[in-house]
Amino acid sequence: MIHNRPWLSFLTHSILILGILILVFPIYVTFVASTRSVDSILASPMPLWPGMELVKNYLAALAGPSKSVGVSVGQMMLNSLIMALGIALGKITISLMAAYAFVYFNFRFRNLFFWMIFVTLMLPVEVRILPTYEVVAKLGMLNTHVGLILPLIASATATFLFRQFFMTIPNELCEAARVDGAGPYRFFIDILVPMSRTSIAALFVILFIYGWNQYLWPLLITTDEGYYTMLIGIKRMLDVGEGQIEWNLVMASTILAIIPPVFVVVYMQNLFVKGLTETEK
Amino acid sequence: MSTASLEGIKKSFGDVQVLHGIDCKIQEGEFIVILGPSGCGKSTLLRLIAGLEKITVGTIKIDDREVNNLEPAERDIAMVFQTYALYPHMSIFNNMAYGLKIRKMSKEEIKKRVYNAAEILELTPLLKRKPKELSGGQRQRVAMGRCIVREPKLFLFDEPLSNLDAKLRVQMRLEIRKLHQRLNITSVYVTHDQVEAMTLADRLIVMDKGFTAQIGSPLDVYERPANTFVAGFIGSPAMNFMDAKLENNGRSIRISEKEYLELPGKGLPEHIDNKVRAGIRPEHFVICDAKEAQIKLKTDVVEKLGADTLVHGFTLENNIAMTVSLDGIQHFDADTILSFRIQPDKIHIFESESGKRLN
Ligand SMILES: Nc1ncnc2c1ncn2[C@@H]1O[C@H](COP(=O)(O)OP(=O)(O)O)[C@@H](O)[C@H]1O
Ligand SMILES: [Mg+2]
Repeated sequence: MIHNRPWLSFLTHSILILGILILVFPIYVTFVASTRSVDSILASPMPLWPGMELVKNYLAALAGPSKSVGVSVGQMMLNSLIMALGIALGKITISLMAAYAFVYFNFRFRNLFFWMIFVTLMLPVEVRILPTYEVVAKLGMLNTHVGLILPLIASATATFLFRQFFMTIPNELCEAARVDGAGPYRFFIDILVPMSRTSIAALFVILFIYGWNQYLWPLLITTDEGYYTMLIGIKRMLDVGEGQIEWNLVMASTILAIIPPVFVVVYMQNLFVKGLTETEK
Repeated sequence: MSTASLEGIKKSFGDVQVLHGIDCKIQEGEFIVILGPSGCGKSTLLRLIAGLEKITVGTIKIDDREVNNLEPAERDIAMVFQTYALYPHMSIFNNMAYGLKIRKMSKEEIKKRVYNAAEILELTPLLKRKPKELSGGQRQRVAMGRCIVREPKLFLFDEPLSNLDAKLRVQMRLEIRKLHQRLNITSVYVTHDQVEAMTLADRLIVMDKGFTAQIGSPLDVYERPANTFVAGFIGSPAMNFMDAKLENNGRSIRISEKEYLELPGKGLPEHIDNKVRAGIRPEHFVICDAKEAQIKLKTDVVEKLGADTLVHGFTLENNIAMTVSLDGIQHFDADTILSFRIQPDKIHIFESESGKRLN
């Protein structure tokens, strides 16, 4: 289906460019707003070219506690980063090990357990959030990083993905490792994990963004502003009641909030695409 | 160099018994080939020796040490798998070195052994590559290299050549033979290809449905097959069989009203009452004048293969299908009547019921 017609290629490119403009425009406006003072943002119409206060706004956001939140964006970014990394790495570790158990070990009720995990975790966070809250509260993990991460690191999807991948690995490979003297632990570390590295990279990207964008859970369990994540913080900056919203700082924070996921995607893009399209065998 | 022995090996998967009692003593430096049709339990037997499956009944010894309950790694064996089973993410060097690293061998020793094996197998320039950058034959050699570096007591092969194309198979077959002559490691080799089996084996174990049909040297198995299964399985094209009756005090067999074949020496007087089957290999028919004919065939299809000619036809008397192999290129039309003689000592006599060899 490759047609080499000039007008067709012109049309397709136009549509693509239009699509990109539609996608990028709000981000551009956000960026412009983050470089201006509150007054010039609120002017009508809002100017569409960058202003002069970029450095000042970003420094203010990163360093000082804002009027409405009481904690710096820097701290919130750190919290978000810890949470996203914790969730991504935790999910990957746990699901790798779970999939390993399901594929390579024979134990009683193996299938029952697998389907139980599969079914329960297909329910989204929101559905099981009250009991989860109860548990985390009883464990005294409200307002901790562990509390932010732990309930979210079991992953049926990732377990399923790794299970399917492991099942495509020929059994003879496992047997060759046994003949070579690799026990279950070494086989996992030396052979299975490196062979899954493209899938791991792809999952890492997806899960990092998933963790970064968590809203409801951190909202519930963090009352101490020191544990606010980016999303919570930005939302709080907007809830100022009577006062003036610091739009310039909100916008600077928003841009800052976009950077880590974008960085992860761009940096891991190669591995990511490979992981989604090819399996190494 | 090591010996190994299999004593009354039985194996069941659940209710299904796959091996029904295999016995064999393997000598030092011997090259044993396990041969049999697909599904007869060859791989299962090899995997029992390797320790990849548990034995149901019986004992396996390597160098007089019982290994029944040892892990594969503790048995001092090495195995070449049908799909090679190389680690895809490791370089060739690491593929060969992995087993040694696990054994905590020193870096210098590992290097020495890997380079030595690579030298023997002509893999030295490839050591830095990954398995997927290698051809089938090269991967095959890496799989053997991985075994050689271990200096195992027992070398196991499971159909190692079946994934290669025909030409490479012949070449690798020769290389395996040379390698064995050079290193002299006791080996057990599984195949369903009889040419591989005949050329590689010091001794053959021919298997049929989980039983040993015969154990013997390739020539033994070819010249004196122990039963109709071995007789039909070994040799290509396959042996011709016909029902026959012993007569003349066991000195000859009657194969039709007008035709009989003489047996060598005193014949088989003690089996005079048995129903028997006679077997004659296609290459043992000798063409002759009509006057001297022992068997006459009406030709059907003639295949000229160059080195020899295969004549497919039917016996004139009772219409049994026969295949005859004649040297060189011969021209016959369909429906020609051909006359043959058979040397008495080339006739195989089997009991009808059990299929056991009688002569
Ligand atoms: N793990 C297993 N579970 C159940 N049956 C098996 C298993 N492995 C092999 N078999 C059965 O054992 C028989 C012999 O298999 P195998 O040894 O692989 O045959 P071969 O290598 O001679 O072709 C086959 O009928 C096969 O279905
Ligand atoms: Mg097999």
